[in-house]
Amino acid sequence: MATLVLDRVTVPLRSFELELSLAVGGTVALVGPSGAGKTTLLRAVAGLARPRAGSISIGDEVWFDGERGVHRAPEQRRVGLVFQEYALFPHMTVRQNVEYAQRHAAREYLDRFGIAHLEGARPAALSGGEKQRVALARALARDPAVLLLDEPLSALDAHTKAGVRGELHDLLRALDIPVLLVTHDFEDAAALADRVSVIVDGELRQSGTPAELVSQPADSFVASFTGANLLHGRAESTRNGAARVRLEDGTVVSTADPAEGEVVLAIYPWDITVASVVPHDSALNVIRAPIRSVAELGNRVRLAIGPVTAEITAESLARLGLEAGHEAYATFKATGTRVVARHR
Amino acid sequence: MRRAALAVAYVTATVVALAFLLLPIVAIFAHTSPAKLIEQLSNPVVVDALVVTLKTSLIAQLLIVLLGTPTAYLLASRRFPGHALAVTLVELPLVLPPAVAGIGLLAAFGRLGLLGSSFEALGITLPFTQTAVTIAVAYVASPLYIRQAIAAFEATDPSLAAASRTLGAGPARTFFRVVLPLARGGLIAGLALSFARGIGEFGATIMFAGSLQAVTQTFSLAIYAEFDRNFDATLAMSALLVLFSIVLLAALRIGLTWQRSSSTGSPSLFGLSSSS
Repeated sequence: MATLVLDRVTVPLRSFELELSLAVGGTVALVGPSGAGKTTLLRAVAGLARPRAGSISIGDEVWFDGERGVHRAPEQRRVGLVFQEYALFPHMTVRQNVEYAQRHAAREYLDRFGIAHLEGARPAALSGGEKQRVALARALARDPAVLLLDEPLSALDAHTKAGVRGELHDLLRALDIPVLLVTHDFEDAAALADRVSVIVDGELRQSGTPAELVSQPADSFVASFTGANLLHGRAESTRNGAARVRLEDGTVVSTADPAEGEVVLAIYPWDITVASVVPHDSALNVIRAPIRSVAELGNRVRLAIGPVTAEITAESLARLGLEAGHEAYATFKATGTRVVARHR
Repeated sequence: MRRAALAVAYVTATVVALAFLLLPIVAIFAHTSPAKLIEQLSNPVVVDALVVTLKTSLIAQLLIVLLGTPTAYLLASRRFPGHALAVTLVELPLVLPPAVAGIGLLAAFGRLGLLGSSFEALGITLPFTQTAVTIAVAYVASPLYIRQAIAAFEATDPSLAAASRTLGAGPARTFFRVVLPLARGGLIAGLALSFARGIGEFGATIMFAGSLQAVTQTFSLAIYAEFDRNFDATLAMSALLVLFSIVLLAALRIGLTWQRSSSTGSPSLFGLSSSS
């Protein structure tokens, strides 16, 4: 598989510039808050926007080189771009949409994506999941060297999203071209990509596997982006090389990491246990507080207890018989916490 | 009680307005029996006016579409310094009194005009020729097409054109296979408006081209010329123009409906949302 290489690609955004170097082999997700320049970067790779500087190449093909003045037109780049709202041609049928990219083997792509029965339909008559399959079939029918996906799951409702995410994951695994996708949702990124790059305020904060980002977030932004609770407080080191952190609300939390002074502690919701009576186990940290809110996420439930949010299964919640307003115990191990750098 | 009175007021106003708009049309047909209409179709004045009108209008509209479509696409899809000024200039003939437009054309292309001497050197005389009629019609009618075309192009989703490019189509294929079919309805609506304005052209034409039978005398000019000579001919020509206007009105409605069904943006007539 050839590697897509972005070398110091600089794109101007509304109030700052994004400069990024990235090597894409396999599937890479670019995540960050909206307005971070993710979509602009995809457009730059596709040739729809011109970077101010840097270079974009794949194998020995140079698509953009600011210094040498190379800027290939989109139709000369062999990219498959799946737009956020899919951008299917509304005046053409599904078949005509796919044929637009590939006149001869359209049938093959219709079959491969399970949309042959829709070939005569207009895009307006399709469901969100079907539109995405047509958009993918059309983009791949072009026989691209790179596949670009712009927020591939954001146009879908929560109900269809889970299923489509699974389908998309299998499809991307089976492709033998680099895939660059952008999303503002870490869960989507973790589910689809081998590697995740977090960009904030025009710079790359961290690159790694989803597991690496969760276990060793580079700073508090990455930690909260990956779903962690962030606890701000003042740390005092203890004799055994660990630390105690006094939070702003007075709660004292133990961490296994060494720390001193103003710090941020990250703790993931799935590392927090919830109980209705005082637990007796090895966990050093026990927070007793009323449940502020209960939010359902599919078969999981997120409970806000004091300064933290815990994630447990709906089954566990039913067994505990807890509801919003009830007093509960949230416990987590000192080794489950991470001291992270404060996000500037 | 008050609600009922309000409803009566609305209905009465609507009925009066519609009757007012329809009455002159009905009156023309009340005065013209089909037999009289057919009889006048062999009147040389009427036949000549029909030929002059069709010939000059068709050529003028062809010029408007050929020059106006790329102009509208450029103005709709690119932002450049002076863009707002360019859009305003395109609309200038719309607010200019037609007689002033005629004087302006005479001052530009007339024998003593700005470009007149250059044309003279080439052996071309424009004023008071059929070409002058075509130029006058193109001048006053073009803003109606171009404005509608800009709105139609602006209503097409730019990501569709972008998608076309990433799928391997160059700018030309993208324009003809994606942009143009999506803007088609709005362009047809614009053409219908421009056609209607061109057929009704009077002021600029009489100033710049005069009213010579079989040469520059269009329907609108012939109706005025025949007014105190042959009222039957006037009525017959008016009746023909009414029928033609109904056809254009239908084309306008169909065009706007197409535009609505094929574009992601809201359809508009002069940038106003048209919902019927």
